[in-house]
Amino acid sequence: MDNQNTRRNFLKTAGIALGCLGLAVPERVIGSGNKVLDAEGDTITLLTPGGQLVKVEKSKLKPAELPSLTENQKRGREGLPIRAWVMVIDLSKCRNARKCMAACQAHHQLRPEQHHMNTLQMQDAEHTAPYYMPKNCQHCDNPPCTKVCPVNATFKRSDGIVLIDNERCIGCRFCIAACPYSARVFNWFEPRDAEKYKDVVYDIEANVPQKKGTISKCLFSADLLRAGKLPSCVSACPNGVYWFGDQNEDAVTNGTTKETTRFSKLLKDNAGYTLMEELGTKPRVYYLPPKNRAFPFEGEMQKHE
Amino acid sequence: MTQKLTPDESRQKFDKIFADLTRSLKIKDELARFWIFILGMFLIVGLWGWIHQINKGLGITGMRDYVSWGMYIGNFVFFVAVSLIGLLISSILHLLHFDWGKPISRVAETVAIAAVALAGLVIVMDMGRPDRFLNIFLHGRFASPIVWDVTVITTYVAISTLLFYLPLIPDLALLRDRLGDDVPKIQKKLYSVLSLGWKGNTRQFEIITHAVRIMLVLIIPVGLSIHTVTSWLFANTLRAGWDSTIFGPYFVSGAFVAGSAAVILVMYVYRQRYDLEEYFTDKSFDWMGKMLVLMCLVYLYFNINEYLVPAYKMRAAEGVHLRELFTGRWSGLFWFAQIGGIFLPVILLLFRYFRRPLPITIIAFITLVASWFKRFIIVIPTLEHPHLPIQNVPEHFVHYTPTRPEIMITLLPFFASAIIITMLAKLFPVVTMWEYAEHSGVDKKTMFEDSEK
Repeated sequence: MDNQNTRRNFLKTAGIALGCLGLAVPERVIGSGNKVLDAEGDTITLLTPGGQLVKVEKSKLKPAELPSLTENQKRGREGLPIRAWVMVIDLSKCRNARKCMAACQAHHQLRPEQHHMNTLQMQDAEHTAPYYMPKNCQHCDNPPCTKVCPVNATFKRSDGIVLIDNERCIGCRFCIAACPYSARVFNWFEPRDAEKYKDVVYDIEANVPQKKGTISKCLFSADLLRAGKLPSCVSACPNGVYWFGDQNEDAVTNGTTKETTRFSKLLKDNAGYTLMEELGTKPRVYYLPPKNRAFPFEGEMQKHE
Repeated sequence: MTQKLTPDESRQKFDKIFADLTRSLKIKDELARFWIFILGMFLIVGLWGWIHQINKGLGITGMRDYVSWGMYIGNFVFFVAVSLIGLLISSILHLLHFDWGKPISRVAETVAIAAVALAGLVIVMDMGRPDRFLNIFLHGRFASPIVWDVTVITTYVAISTLLFYLPLIPDLALLRDRLGDDVPKIQKKLYSVLSLGWKGNTRQFEIITHAVRIMLVLIIPVGLSIHTVTSWLFANTLRAGWDSTIFGPYFVSGAFVAGSAAVILVMYVYRQRYDLEEYFTDKSFDWMGKMLVLMCLVYLYFNINEYLVPAYKMRAAEGVHLRELFTGRWSGLFWFAQIGGIFLPVILLLFRYFRRPLPITIIAFITLVASWFKRFIIVIPTLEHPHLPIQNVPEHFVHYTPTRPEIMITLLPFFASAIIITMLAKLFPVVTMWEYAEHSGVDKKTMFEDSEK
């Protein structure tokens, strides 16, 4: 009992302290903006999840409940209840617009050469037609990366997402070696705009702010999913490439058209498949073959010997 | 081997052995100072590089998101490999009663301790967040081969240190009792403390022989584990070139090649520098040469398995990888590593001429360098060829080229291990004195006359 009391007292004090901090440094503005830059006069500059800088009047700000780092990390490790997220990428629709890549880099504070989402030019055999293939973390159900992590910094959640805790990562890069999809990136230097993000509380579900010497990877924009939104790459696509949804509900929504359809039927009708299924990784990202393409393949194949 | 000596002969003989083997403790000339100075300078340069790397990030190296393990990991594998020689020479040769291994078992343990200690440092230097090293103990996940590696390597350090220390205790007592004023007081004090009140009676010898024997047996599974687990850091991934079931024995056999070469080098330096021709004899070099040939042949066998079997099938990714090694971008280094590290010692050391001290030392040096590049070849080319194409990244992400600070940091453990080896030789006799004396017919009673008091 005594123990509990002290803990409650501690939490109370901590709560008051956090509340004060929340007043001084407003963390979330009406659910969207969450990055504070600097205050000047009656307006304040904020960074939205989309990576835009916006000026907002101070009077419009309301103090937000600021989740503490530990709460945040604990919550982030559990996953959203009864969800099983899946992504379907329709290769027949992709024209290499790269809006997904840009949105992703803005959301996750990535440098231009760091890709959670990367649109690759693919050609399966010498005489087959080339096509564009957006590739992100496959959120495998049998993930080779989480197995090798020595400190449980990268882990698989109950809703199927593979996340990374960059407060714990020691930077050994074993997970990069283990991942057959080259889905992981490392912060070789200070991350982009490190100064701007330095006071932001770490959000494990967006892996922002990024940290030097740690791993980053696609998280299906878990922070947006918690807010009931689609991942940033999915909603950024202008061509209807991405479908995203819950396997338990058997429903996926197209990020461009917002049309919702049956996940199983979509795969069945279009001969959906997973990447390198022979490796036994059981991806949660499915592909629809590049058949009857909406756009022709343009440009030259990049050669890498 | 053991002819009975009269007490006087015995005493004379032992005086000579003691004088010879404590020479390394007393030498204080220009060369010694210069050697330490040079090593120290390079060490400082390397440390400066490491600090630079901690400040700027691992980006100062040539590693990037695809080739995310570079020379540091190659270096780590190399140092773990070299440390395995302690297991081979002091344990396996001893347990099989190969007496020629006895005078060099302390050399082998010295090399093992220096190498495995530095392997631990190298792996910390490769970490993006060395400040979080303790996370491995706080949040360790036992499913990760890195945790297995940390476990067995720390155990190996402990056992190797004991294997160095236990047979040293009687020697420390001898140093305590017989050494004059030519070493500093503090050093004598050190011997006195470390010798744990050794008196040299039969009971004490029984205890120490028993303890050493336990360690000699224990080190075998632990030693095999350190390099097998290190090989699993690669073999447990899905990448062409690493995804192999024989990586464990392949690495262990390669380790014996590298370690034997390192021991030959250190033996030669001791022999020349401390005038120990009678202890590191032509015969010891001859034996080491024969052992190196045997180890190379075993290693050759695993190499044939490792390269020929996939090369016969040329499965897509394996094919790309093997072409790069045999005739592509990495062929120069690959053939240097294979020829210098296997074929050259096997062929030359079959001839007695090349098993003499100087020629074998030169060959051992080439073999050691080739062994280092062999680890480089095992680590890097595989990472340049992931399953999916490397696109939308700058050119230096595609091909790995080490940077200058990276090379400095890679060299640091070499200088650090040379310093450790030098310091050990300056503090302790490089051959186990009592064992050697006993072997030459000196009675234990005579040796410890002064200690009995």
